[in-house]
Amino acid sequence: MRAMIFSPVLPALAACAVLLAACATSSDTQPGAAVEEQKPGASTAQPGGAESRPVAPGGVGAAAGVSPFAALKDPSSPLSKRSVYFDYDKFEIQDQYRPLVEAHARFLRDNPTAKMLIQGNADERGSREYNVGLGQRRSESLRKMLTLLGAKDSQIESVSLGEEKPSCTEHNEDCWAKNRRDDMLYNGEF
Amino acid sequence: MNPEDPLLRLALLFVGLFVSAAATAQLSIEITGAGAQRIPIAIVPFPGQEALGSSDGQSLTGIVRADLERSGQFRGLEVPPLSPAPTEASVVSYPEWKARLADAVVLGSVAARADGRFEVRFRLFDVVKQVPLGGIAYTMAREQIRATAHRIADFVYEKLTGEKGVFSTRIAYVVKRGARYELQIADADGANAQTALASFEPIISPVWSPRGRRLAYVSFEAKKPVVYVHTIADGKRQVAANFKGSNSAPAWSPDGRKLAVSLSREGGSQLFLMNPDGSGLKRLTSSSAIDTEPRFSPDGQWIYFTSDRGGSPQIYRMPAAGGDPQRVTFEGNYNVTPRISPDGKTLAYIARHQGKFQVALLDLSNRQVTILTDSDRDESPSFSPNGRMILLATVINGRGVLSAVSIDGRVKQRLTATSGDVREPAWGPFVD
Repeated sequence: MRAMIFSPVLPALAACAVLLAACATSSDTQPGAAVEEQKPGASTAQPGGAESRPVAPGGVGAAAGVSPFAALKDPSSPLSKRSVYFDYDKFEIQDQYRPLVEAHARFLRDNPTAKMLIQGNADERGSREYNVGLGQRRSESLRKMLTLLGAKDSQIESVSLGEEKPSCTEHNEDCWAKNRRDDMLYNGEF
Repeated sequence: MNPEDPLLRLALLFVGLFVSAAATAQLSIEITGAGAQRIPIAIVPFPGQEALGSSDGQSLTGIVRADLERSGQFRGLEVPPLSPAPTEASVVSYPEWKARLADAVVLGSVAARADGRFEVRFRLFDVVKQVPLGGIAYTMAREQIRATAHRIADFVYEKLTGEKGVFSTRIAYVVKRGARYELQIADADGANAQTALASFEPIISPVWSPRGRRLAYVSFEAKKPVVYVHTIADGKRQVAANFKGSNSAPAWSPDGRKLAVSLSREGGSQLFLMNPDGSGLKRLTSSSAIDTEPRFSPDGQWIYFTSDRGGSPQIYRMPAAGGDPQRVTFEGNYNVTPRISPDGKTLAYIARHQGKFQVALLDLSNRQVTILTDSDRDESPSFSPNGRMILLATVINGRGVLSAVSIDGRVKQRLTATSGDVREPAWGPFVD
């Protein structure tokens, strides 16, 4: 599992508006280089690996005088991880994603101007419209967890893309597992 | 019937940042099964029709014959050149046509008019009963060759089978080529395809308004599902439902004045009724389940829909005015996408059976279920307006294609685009 690659619209747009320095910093960061320097606990691609709280991104950005939005693009920050995955026909958030969801909830709580669009997705099997319903259930499940953890309801819109935007297009369980997914998008990314 | 109607022109509307030629690939149609008893019919080439030219290599009478054969209920007979060539005004020799094994004969003529248009006349004869069954005269422009042929085929079909023909109707569907999605409208035979909407984001669930002038559909161009209503003649469209959350699964009421939709604005996916401009919203279902894919019964009294309130997705129905839903499907644990037949007596839907998604037909009077297809990834069944055929999307050799099957399962057709995946078919209503 790895983080989704998002639409061409850079999430740093919001940060650019606030602070030009942040813009330069985030766009200069090469994902490949950053991985080398990552601190233990935040380096694995598995969201479950980001379990140690001290690497909280808000602190890093604030200390350096950088827009907190820069952390959303920083590969060393758990906030750069934007996807949670689901079992077949399930919509509960699995325990392994709890640290990731907590990090995003904290970010939303600490940054009231931040807005999030959660896009729920389903695998290709079955009715397109019923799959819109399944994706919606998944996105709402994540929204509920985020709000329970301190994000405001008004910051988040949960929607569904059904089976229409698969990240993996082969017709097998490995692929389907990647497509049963919520993606979190911030201002400027949608 | 007004044969002088101009062909409807479809304005092109592009979403996204690309420019495109309007060229649209035709759907090619292939007949893969036919009815058990087909009426042998002789359609004698109309003297003078050469002046009309041809369309896709077919003459006027060639299109009529192809239409009738495609229905699976007719077998066109080869007619050797006759001299003198008979027309609708000729005296018909029934014994002669009986000797040629024809049960019916179509005779006609085409004459050029001074204004550049053409006069087409034809008559249909029942060889078995030895009686004329009537005919029509049309004034047409050359470009109307297909439309005129479809009208003739509709006349013949109705006179000989007792039910209305659907050759003049149109179908809508979505073609996906690479990252590009096109909502297209074509004649029922796949010809004359035109693009009504092109987008780099998915388009799903097109559905015709009852009089065939508008399409409602779901587009993801706003990074979320939004319901639009699109007027076909001028290509103009408006947002019908763009509430917070997802907006999906539109269905027209039979009078065209309401849309039923599935919205998540109040949490979950729940059914609502609204005006086509998004006003007058009224919640129809209150469940913690996914309630989606609403469809009105033809009399407007009921709404059939998909719900997983019982644990697995099944089809339910509820009074359109609101009230308690009743479960409709019981066999199996995945029954979705209800489509009620034009006469309201049968329900087509998608059933999962041993891992295969297939079109099922439920007789609402005796509860009998028939599986109509042998494919395994069927979606989006859509009745022809006369209820005789069901158009559906399926996957053959990894490609999305449209398929049509008669309600007795015998007649089968396949419609394929020259490239790309075809899906989300919707068969339009009868045209006036």
